[in-house]
Amino acid sequence: MSATGIGASVRRKEDHRFITGQGRYTDDINRPGQAHAYFLRSPHAHATINAIDITAAAAMPGVLGIFTGDDLTADKVGGLICGWMIHNKDGSPMRAGPHPALAQGKVRYVGDHVCVIVAETLAQARDASEAIVVDYGVLPAVVDTASAAGAKTVVHAEAPDNTVFNWHLGNKDETEAAFRAAKHVTKLDIVNNRLVPNPMEPRAAVGDYDDGDGIFTLYTTSQNPHVARLVLSAFIGIAPENKLRVVAPDVGGGFGSKIFIYAEETVCVWAAKKVGRPVKWNSDRTEAFLSDAHGRDHVTHAELATDADGRITGLRVKTTANLGAYLSTFSSSVPTYLYAPLLSGSYNIPAIYAEVDAVYTNTAPVDAYRGAGRPEATFVVERLIEVAARELGRDPAKFRMQNYIKSFPHQTPVIMMYDAGNYGASLKKALEIIDYKGIGKRKRDSARHGKMRGIGFSSYIEACGIAPSAAVGSLGAGVGLWESAEVRVNPVGTVEVLTGSHSHGQGHETTFAQLVSDKLGIPIENVSIIHGDTDKVQMGMGTYGSRSGAVGMSAIFKAVDKVIAKGKKVAAYVLEADEADIDFADGHFSVKGTDRKLDFGSCALQAYIAHKFNGQDLEPGLKEGAFYDPTNFTFPAGVHICEVEIDPQTGVTRIERWAAVDDFGNVINPMIVEGQVHGGIAQGVGQALLEGAKYNSDGQLVTASFMDYCMPRADDLPSFQVGMTVTECPSNPLGIKGCGEAGAIAAPPAVINAITDALGHEDIAMPATPQAVWRAVQKSITRMAAE
Amino acid sequence: MYAFTYHRPGSARQAAGLLARKEDAKILAGGHTLLPTMKQRLAAPTALIDLGACGDLKGIVRKGRVVVIGAMSTHAEVAESAIVQEAIPGLAYLASHIGDPHVRHRGTIGGSVANNDPAADYPAACLALGATIVTNQRKLVADDFFTGLYETALEEGEIITKVVFPVVSRAGYAKFRNPASRYALVGVFVAKRGSDIRVAVIGAGEGGVFRWLEAETALKARFAPKSLEGLKHPATGINADMHADAEYRAHLIGVMTKQAVAQAVGR
Repeated sequence: MSATGIGASVRRKEDHRFITGQGRYTDDINRPGQAHAYFLRSPHAHATINAIDITAAAAMPGVLGIFTGDDLTADKVGGLICGWMIHNKDGSPMRAGPHPALAQGKVRYVGDHVCVIVAETLAQARDASEAIVVDYGVLPAVVDTASAAGAKTVVHAEAPDNTVFNWHLGNKDETEAAFRAAKHVTKLDIVNNRLVPNPMEPRAAVGDYDDGDGIFTLYTTSQNPHVARLVLSAFIGIAPENKLRVVAPDVGGGFGSKIFIYAEETVCVWAAKKVGRPVKWNSDRTEAFLSDAHGRDHVTHAELATDADGRITGLRVKTTANLGAYLSTFSSSVPTYLYAPLLSGSYNIPAIYAEVDAVYTNTAPVDAYRGAGRPEATFVVERLIEVAARELGRDPAKFRMQNYIKSFPHQTPVIMMYDAGNYGASLKKALEIIDYKGIGKRKRDSARHGKMRGIGFSSYIEACGIAPSAAVGSLGAGVGLWESAEVRVNPVGTVEVLTGSHSHGQGHETTFAQLVSDKLGIPIENVSIIHGDTDKVQMGMGTYGSRSGAVGMSAIFKAVDKVIAKGKKVAAYVLEADEADIDFADGHFSVKGTDRKLDFGSCALQAYIAHKFNGQDLEPGLKEGAFYDPTNFTFPAGVHICEVEIDPQTGVTRIERWAAVDDFGNVINPMIVEGQVHGGIAQGVGQALLEGAKYNSDGQLVTASFMDYCMPRADDLPSFQVGMTVTECPSNPLGIKGCGEAGAIAAPPAVINAITDALGHEDIAMPATPQAVWRAVQKSITRMAAE
Repeated sequence: MYAFTYHRPGSARQAAGLLARKEDAKILAGGHTLLPTMKQRLAAPTALIDLGACGDLKGIVRKGRVVVIGAMSTHAEVAESAIVQEAIPGLAYLASHIGDPHVRHRGTIGGSVANNDPAADYPAACLALGATIVTNQRKLVADDFFTGLYETALEEGEIITKVVFPVVSRAGYAKFRNPASRYALVGVFVAKRGSDIRVAVIGAGEGGVFRWLEAETALKARFAPKSLEGLKHPATGINADMHADAEYRAHLIGVMTKQAVAQAVGR
């Protein structure tokens, strides 16, 4: 391994510009003559719009234009789309209402877009917004996930009982039979709390229109600029793709929330032509709370069947998923195909049946958030397993070990074919790291100091590298999920790699360069990674679902192989040898069995000057592209163990120890991977202990700022002890699986299992705030007194 | 934020003059409440009078049995003051735990006391230590100064110039932070001056800072955490929100009082 090659913890190349304030984010982009947009948002969760009077506002200083939904319709700008079709149990398609970028006669959540004001300055736009008179007919709101279906209040006429779909997966009859034959059944009611993504950089957009060429440009905070262009062009109808450029420059975190195509960027790019000026919008934090797509929000009843030997024989799950007021871009896939196929966890469960009802409510749209469906599935499985072990009087580690899948490939009853893994190895390593043998003593020590200590396991699995295009197409996806890459070799042998993946914190500029530098045997400084601009990168599907390594880098791998193959042809001419006799290693083309060789840079130069070969026999130049479509999902898995200490006086939970052992397959940059694990755990701990978006019964978001929405801080977290095991992924050339979401998936059940271990009962929901834990402790005390 | 004019007088006297002349003017003394409120367009003063350049409002001195803290002293200055650390370590400790480093280097004692946020820390210290709030017009004892949620006895045109703290024999502060905002969900300052014992509670009371007289009585027997065993603050009159209902907050008053006493007696 070289100092910068595959497997080396190379420092991130991009950090110099980030930590010296030289990153270039959307809000750093200012176009000549730029105007500013402000969105007037609904203060009501549910209301008809009887009239919008803009007369006074339009006459205010600096106002360039005020636009409503009618203006979009007049310009034939379509509504926002949901790109994944789900079918009901009876085979009928899901019932989706329209999703206009600006309201059409009705608003459906607090923060919904009523109209946009474009003015010379943001302050003028805001001033004008206060002069707009909207005549609302306020309607009752439906907010609660569990009771939305069949509620009197209807969010969309297209879904008269507020149910978007009722969907199912698995083998129902076999599952019922398994439960009939079960020796023991464990039952659990679970709420997976709603979360607000809160990337450090809020969403932003700058729309620009070049009247000379008729070309629109949209600079925006996107995880997938090509998908944004496709949707804005083919579905929303802003402009044909060749007349629409989308640039996603440096993006300060996304966690899924910047995958989606929202109202604001759509309106900004359209309005740029309307007012004849570039138009900027930058979300403030309150807008981000109100209008970024939220995550999770499931209510679930789950049951696990076991036989007399403690083997798991069946799992049945009934989930209601809140999708909010409109179907966001990939919302329908999250509680279905990104959720139920993971319900087998790491376990050999012969019969699984899951039913999912998705409901509309008068809340912000809910879509993919770090892990997207897989954290929800893992929480169900790992809570059930832990509780089952407790009810059966089994050690939770041994119970897991007994029920692990141990031979591969393994076909689950819920679509997935696990290709490789060694869950027992991860568990053993995690037990060693946490010193499981010493937990009894540590519990006693805590008790002596008036504290309550508990330990909790999470043996997660997830499906990454989404995904084989044909497979997701058969499940309802509107797009294929391959990735593209282009490797452009300059005449001096430096390399530009254009990728359809997008980096918004993941460190692609380093990791991808490591791969290319390693394969071509050239210094890492000679490799530049270019992404995030539809004018530069031809096409791509973007970054989410931990796919940039497994899919994005596999495309680069393929393209580099093509470059090497072409280089061999050039080298054969230069070295006057047969192409079949040319080897490539350590940055040199050589003739087998001789000392004749040509370094990579010289080969590139020869390819471009093209003096040594006939242009009819071999094309000059050295540039290759590749599209890579994976053959399977990848299946990262691991074991996280969390140890907590509760102060029964205050209800404060301190995480004392954390062991994380993950199997991500091969790893390119261990430091970056470990960083992803740390960040993921932090978000997972946030969900378990701190974060929870709450609407009141009127549909007002009561956690609409950091004053009430609790984000994890450094002092909420322990020092993580991270270990790794490796089983190579057989479905991609690099053998890698993906690491971006693992921590966020693994962490919540580990924390709650630890807390419930300390409490001695299961009655605690996320987030386990000090108040909630204190109440649960009172219950523990009452119970102990009764016993 | 709406447009406003900005003034930066060089003395309290000039500031008072501006305040009298400008209609709808607000004093800027750190701005950690005012500025966010203005950014949200919930406050719209036509003029801001920044006290940051008023040299006469700065400085910390000890005068015999009192410590005098200029109103524009930042929380960090109070926390790091050798005078405060030596005379009333509990007060320095309190200041060192206000907000985060940004807040501590911008926020001031005068701004905090004048705002009387029910979740701010300083009102508890003022009330428990029996501080005197000195303005450009008069002197007010803390018991008379804090009159309700965000309410004080300050009159129109009145500017706090300094806060005078008696040096006590024992003082301690403990707070339970709101997990999200990290303001005091419950903060308790205890002080012992001779036989006079005071327990002031912030964060919990519906009317803002208040004294817990039962705890004071209990501590008079012996100034030790043990004296508080079995003593419970009732949940009536206690704030309730999503982070803590009245019962939990009332319970935390007891826990924090014990911790504050333990700190005061050096345990």
